[in-house]
Amino acid sequence: MIMDWSTYFSIAIGVIFINNFVVFRFLGLCPVIGVAKRLDVAFGYGMAATFVMTMASVVIQLLYVYVLQPNAALLQAIAPSIAEKGLLDILRTTSYILVIAVLVQLVEMFLRKVIPSLYQALGIYLPIITTNCAVLGAVLLNTTNATRDLTFPQAVAQGFFAGIGFTLAMLLMAGIRERLELAKIPKPLQDVPITFFAAAFMGLAFQGFAGM
Amino acid sequence: MLLKELKRGVFDENPVFVMMLGLCPTLAVSVSLRDGVAMGCAATFVLICSNVIVSLIRRFVPGGVRIPAYIVVIASFVTMVELIFKAYMPPAVTAALGIYIPLIVVNCIIFYRAEAFASKNNVFRSIIDGVVVGIGFICAMALISSVREILGSGSIGGLILSSTYKPMTIMILPPGAFLTVGGLLALFRYIGQRRKERA
Repeated sequence: MIMDWSTYFSIAIGVIFINNFVVFRFLGLCPVIGVAKRLDVAFGYGMAATFVMTMASVVIQLLYVYVLQPNAALLQAIAPSIAEKGLLDILRTTSYILVIAVLVQLVEMFLRKVIPSLYQALGIYLPIITTNCAVLGAVLLNTTNATRDLTFPQAVAQGFFAGIGFTLAMLLMAGIRERLELAKIPKPLQDVPITFFAAAFMGLAFQGFAGM
Repeated sequence: MLLKELKRGVFDENPVFVMMLGLCPTLAVSVSLRDGVAMGCAATFVLICSNVIVSLIRRFVPGGVRIPAYIVVIASFVTMVELIFKAYMPPAVTAALGIYIPLIVVNCIIFYRAEAFASKNNVFRSIIDGVVVGIGFICAMALISSVREILGSGSIGGLILSSTYKPMTIMILPPGAFLTVGGLLALFRYIGQRRKERA
């Protein structure tokens, strides 16, 4: 099978630059405001989030296709009476967030046993990623709220690149804030308000990609 | 006592401007007053209901699994809101809120109230807390979205204010959300600091 690289390229450009999760969709803002104060911390958190977002895209895409969708294969086998309508309406949100919570827990245990060095690097950020809206947002945009139907590898790619875009925004923000610490800022603007203004101008810059 | 609680929810502990929680929906769906208030009401409904349930189960849930337990409670109410919106709200509102309705699940305001208040207080007090914090959130949403709608589309709640006004399109684009919230935050801080200096 010939891979259609141009689709993947457009997905990557789309979620990293044009519809960047942080500056365009406002997903995962809390860590950008709270965590992104130093570059190394921002990078660690961004990598942990990318990892979880990719894993969540894999698991939830399978769940979506085989269990939740109307006429899904597994659902048809177990409960044919409800298969026609599917479970998306009633179970989507609950199942997604539970899968993410369990996944984060598993990833944490797996890393601690198997790759302790990576665990050391990401460990402290992993538990708080469950409640990061970027992860839930990513899987929603892969499945029910996708702008177009995605195949399995495309959905995983979109999840991964969304994480990269999130990391990029975190790094940019952390870089700006490291500089801001040295600047003289009027008292009411200190800390959070000035970060919002910086984010606004970053958003304007990202808006330039919209014509692509 | 109720008035004092209300003042706490809207001014002293405003979830958006003071605690800085739940920023994603605040920025994302504040393009027009209608969408902003709809979002505020949806989140308030979930907040009050989850406060009630969390307060009721606070003695039976072991500390170790309390976060997953809260997640399930909140997710159930979010699903209810989703279905209610789909059934009774104009399709334009549902479309505008989009993924931000399921994202109420990870809204920090609801988590924070469950963890900090409902899990330590009785049902009655948790309901009051849900109501006042919810009103605080709706007020913040209404304020932000009216500023954005007036400046960005020259209208309020769909009513066109002036025919000669040229709308600033940036205010309804994503950067406008950051500018509005940043500006309002700075304004409230400035007022707070002035008050402290005078006192």
